[in-house]
This record gives sequence, structure tokens and C-alpha cells, in this order.
Amino acid sequence: MLELLKSPWHWSVAGVMIGLTVPILLILGNKKFGISSSLRHVCAACLPANISFFKYDWKKESWNLFFVVGVFLGGFLAHLFLQNPQDMQVTESTKAVLASYGITDYSQLMPTEIFAWKNLFTLKGFIFFVLGGFMVGFGTRYAGGCTSGHSIMGLANLQLPSLIATISFMVGGFISANVLLPLIFKLL
Amino acid sequence: MIQNTIESPEIEEIINTDTRHTDAMCTNESALQHPWWYNFKYMAVGIIFGIVFIKAEIISWFRIQEMFQLTSFHMYGVIGTAVVVGLISIQLIKRLNIKSIYGEKITIDNKEFNKGQIYGGLIFGLGWAITGACPGPLFAQIGNGFGVIAITLLSAIAGTWVYGKFRDKLPH
Repeated sequence: MLELLKSPWHWSVAGVMIGLTVPILLILGNKKFGISSSLRHVCAACLPANISFFKYDWKKESWNLFFVVGVFLGGFLAHLFLQNPQDMQVTESTKAVLASYGITDYSQLMPTEIFAWKNLFTLKGFIFFVLGGFMVGFGTRYAGGCTSGHSIMGLANLQLPSLIATISFMVGGFISANVLLPLIFKLL
Repeated sequence: MIQNTIESPEIEEIINTDTRHTDAMCTNESALQHPWWYNFKYMAVGIIFGIVFIKAEIISWFRIQEMFQLTSFHMYGVIGTAVVVGLISIQLIKRLNIKSIYGEKITIDNKEFNKGQIYGGLIFGLGWAITGACPGPLFAQIGNGFGVIAITLLSAIAGTWVYGKFRDKLPH
């Protein structure tokens, strides 16, 4: 059983469990699934700076912060008890593209060639951590939600704005992965 | 906009809810007041959610590259299945008039279109393929031992703050 839990889970299992989060949060307390809002609550709690966008009672949304702390703890527990001892299985054609970027280490979920402390004060670190993170935070709030709020909660509730947002996420992602990243790695 | 003179707590509550609604999917309209430790049940849901993120490799930068290079069905399968399960669940809740465990009526407000969903969506998409993470996986990645992602998270919080600061000047 533990061996089965340690090996990577099928997409359908993950899809069902993530989909069930929507009704579970609604039934537990009429809460709408959405994660990027937690970043806004952190701003409202720590540095509202008299900006009207952050002047609200963030404590009313603190459930959202408990939720993301849970996501962090879930990641930690999986790291302690359910780590997959094998290399990640990645499609050969993607492996070929990544090899041209100089990425060949598949021992972990993230490529160690990029996501390591030693890259923090390099151009690579600036692009992948600082710039990338900024775009994620700025873009999700500008769009009014992220993959959870728009692509899952919004689409499940048949919201047209969420479909528009999801299409925009995907278009941005396709451009980034196929045009921007090759340029970035050429530069580095 | 927030008025300087707020006369009744009722108006204050409406203004507060409006501000929280702005550009957010997950505002909490629940009128119920509970002690803070009631929130631990959401942490429990988050823990299971985080484990799923790791074990289905959703937090993996490699899986995100595969998704945007169209070389694997994995992420499409995850998101597609989640949408279908969520959709069926919401329909059941609405049609059977299912209440929350506190007996409260479940309400889901509609989202209004603004151009931010396109501009912001594109910016997020660009960042998504670079970091290999949307906001949720950032938390799970840090928990999973990639400490340096804390910098990405801080930067994402900074991005959110900058959006709030310049919101009035951006096209919506």
C-alpha cells in the first residue's frame, strides 16, 4: 500500500481529489476555492499602506491563510513519508528540448540546475525566482484569480470570465514555454 | 471606494465586502462568526490538497513544460477531471439545495468580465511557464524542500502589492 502511495499518482485520482475540494470547502463553511487571494490577504495583513485594494477585514478571510499553510504542510509530509525514490518520468521529446537548455537532472520534481540557492544572486535566479514570481503574483491578481479560482472553481460554476481568463493563462504559458524560455536559456 | 465617514456598521460591512470582492474569486460571504480555531478544518483540507499536489507531480516544473509543449496529457487530465467533478458537485449543491455543515445556504456569486482577465491572465501565463508554478504549488514546493521558492513566493506577494498600488492606473 505504501509503495503504491509513494509512486506517482494517476491524473484521474488527482483530478477527482482536487475537484472534490470545491464542494468540501463550500459544505465546510460556504468557502470558495481560490488560492491566489491568500497573497492579497498577506498584503492586507502585513503592508496595507493605506491602499484601498488592501483595506478590508482580512481576518474574515483567514480561512484562506490556514488553507495555504495546510498546502505547505502537505508538501512537507509528502516529502517526509511519501517521497518517490525514482527519477521522474518525462516525455522524451520534452527531455530533448530541456537538454538543449542544459537540464538533465530528473531526480527531483524541480530541475536542480535552476531551483537551487546557489542561483539566487545570478541572472538565472533573478529571472526564475524574482521576475517569474512577480509575474505570477501581479498577473493572478490582475486577472482576479489563478488556476484554482478561475480554471477550476470558475469553470465548474460555468463563468464566462473564468473561461476567458483560463484561455489567457494558456496563451501566456504557450508563448512563455515555446518562445520566451528558449530565448532566456540562450541568454544565460 | 472607501468613504471617510462611515456611519453605520451595516454600511461598513457592505463596503468591506465590496472591497474584498474586487478581483477575487474566493471572498467569504458567510455571516457566521466562529472562533479562529474553527479554521483548522481548512488547514486539514489544505494538507490533503498539498499531498495530492506532490504525489500527482502537479508542482513539477517538468510537468508544466510538458503541458505547454503539448507532449503529455497529464496536466490536462488533472485540470479537466477537477473541473468536471467540481461542476457536477456545484450542480448537485444547487439543485438539492445542500446547506453548509452550519446550516447556512451556500451562495456562489457570478464573476463579471473585465479586461484584466486577459492582460493579467497573459502575464500570469508567462510567469507560470517560467516558475513552473501557480500560487498553490508555490506553497507545496517550499514544503517539499525547495526552500529557494520562498523567494518566488515573496516576489509573488510583492507583485500582488504592486498591482494593488497601481490598480487605478491599469486598464480593466
